[in-house]
Amino acid sequence: MKQVTVPVLAALAKVLSGATVRWIGCEPETCQRIYFANHTSHLDALVLWASLPKNIRNLTRPVAAVDYWQSGPVRRYMATVFNVLLIDRKKIKVHNSPIDMMLREIGDVNSLIVFPEGSRNLSGKMGEFKSGLFHLAKKRPDLELMPVYIDNLNRVMPKGEFLPVPLLSCISIGAPIWLESGESKAEFLQRARKSVLKMKDS
Amino acid sequence: MIDATLTTLLAVQNESASSFGEGPGSWTIGLVLVVLVSLGALLAAGQTLKRKPESHIDPAILRNFNKRVTSWLTICVMLVIALMLHRSVTIALFGFVSFWALREFITMTPTRRGDHRTLFWVLFGFTPLQYVLVGIDNYDLFTIVIPVYASLFIPARIAFAGDHKRFLERTAKIQFGLLICVYSLSHAAALLNLKLAKWNSDTGVWEAWENGPNDTYGLLFFFIAIVQVSDILHFLWDRLFGRHVIAPAVNATKTWEGLLGAACCTSLVGMVIQVVLPVTPFTWWGAGFMALIISIMASSGSMTMSAIKRDRGVKEHGTLVLGHAGVLDRIDSVCFSAPIFFHLTRFFTDAESRVVDVVAEQSVAAATMGMSCFSFLV
Repeated sequence: MKQVTVPVLAALAKVLSGATVRWIGCEPETCQRIYFANHTSHLDALVLWASLPKNIRNLTRPVAAVDYWQSGPVRRYMATVFNVLLIDRKKIKVHNSPIDMMLREIGDVNSLIVFPEGSRNLSGKMGEFKSGLFHLAKKRPDLELMPVYIDNLNRVMPKGEFLPVPLLSCISIGAPIWLESGESKAEFLQRARKSVLKMKDS
Repeated sequence: MIDATLTTLLAVQNESASSFGEGPGSWTIGLVLVVLVSLGALLAAGQTLKRKPESHIDPAILRNFNKRVTSWLTICVMLVIALMLHRSVTIALFGFVSFWALREFITMTPTRRGDHRTLFWVLFGFTPLQYVLVGIDNYDLFTIVIPVYASLFIPARIAFAGDHKRFLERTAKIQFGLLICVYSLSHAAALLNLKLAKWNSDTGVWEAWENGPNDTYGLLFFFIAIVQVSDILHFLWDRLFGRHVIAPAVNATKTWEGLLGAACCTSLVGMVIQVVLPVTPFTWWGAGFMALIISIMASSGSMTMSAIKRDRGVKEHGTLVLGHAGVLDRIDSVCFSAPIFFHLTRFFTDAESRVVDVVAEQSVAAATMGMSCFSFLV
């Protein structure tokens, strides 16, 4: 069943969002990566996931909030189709760290899609990054951190809307960054945020 | 007397062809072949020149030329396939192109959150509705739904959404996009609905057209071919003889020489097509006049779209979102000329639309159309 629904839903997501994918200064690879992107629409995770090449897509899991993706049968089903890694935002404790869970889940095979802003912003301006990306980079320095800028998807399906307007969107994936030795958390998060913004204009 | 002939003529027509077109006539097939072969030849020539390193032609111009020819060939092949399949497939094809063009247009123009639901209804409501109305041949409705009903619906729906910032500007953008991408283009598909007859000005009676009243495929293909010829000629005239740029701030390459040269040459091409392959019920000079109008409207379409693109700071819609072909870029000339060509053809050759004083109505119609076409030259 999944062999049919996954490509069909991926194709549907691509058609609805008219997404163009640009790989700038990097190539699609199956090595372990963290794609980190700006967050403006519920479609972000799905469209970014759907626009990856099939062999990469099968290895990549979007990270998303359990309270959104477990409400209602449709979303719950979609979450299984897209192999979403669900994080419970309310139960974050020291012994139950989502970072450890993510790293446990991906092992040494899978890649992740994360949205370091945490939640979608309404203003259209990109928010500050939360520290999760820094901890990921610190614990697994071998992962390639890929900046992704998602353009126009907030117009396809803005917050609070359920009907899509299929405008053309654009996904730009840039060259990977890594945590540099001696770099502080704030510096790294600033640099990561800038690398996403740089994709907007390139 | 006119009424009597018209009634008999319509009766004969209804007998001979109760349903829509029986497929393209032999002249139309001839024209299709000629167009495909010439486009293929142009493509081959362009590709050969590209390979020759010693040619003196600017490679950027050549690339642009090849791109144009390739996209026109694609459009023609798709149109021919649709025409061979069924009338409804052709109308659906135009509908899909409209949808895609409107999508590009809205992507290019900034809208606000408050416009979201309006845009949904425009894209999924009015766009399909327009083509359904063309499909069921409801002339009264398909000519007024967008300019009247949609024009009133759009501002009202935006007002209900509660965002008043730049209200008129946002309303106008959506209205304009719908009018150009959907309403205007649908008139090209609506050419298939016309019931063609010949007006004999010597005797003052309607005569049956030898191709049959429903051979509208020829008319549609004549129109598309003329727009293409005009586009290519305009491009060549600009590059070869262009001196006086019309509006450098809007489009740095479009010149008066190009506009007038292309219009005159296209007119000649229209006459030649009609004499060699009579695919339309026009006289030879009528076809020349139609081609002239089409060419001028096509040029003004490209100019208008250039102005919009300049205002938005993009050169081509296609590069706005990389990888998309830029449908709007290719069809701007078709959009502007389709409604004018449709109505002129209807006034002069559609047997069903004429019941009263033909000559007076045609004169008034021609004067109105002529004025709207030529007013911007002066």
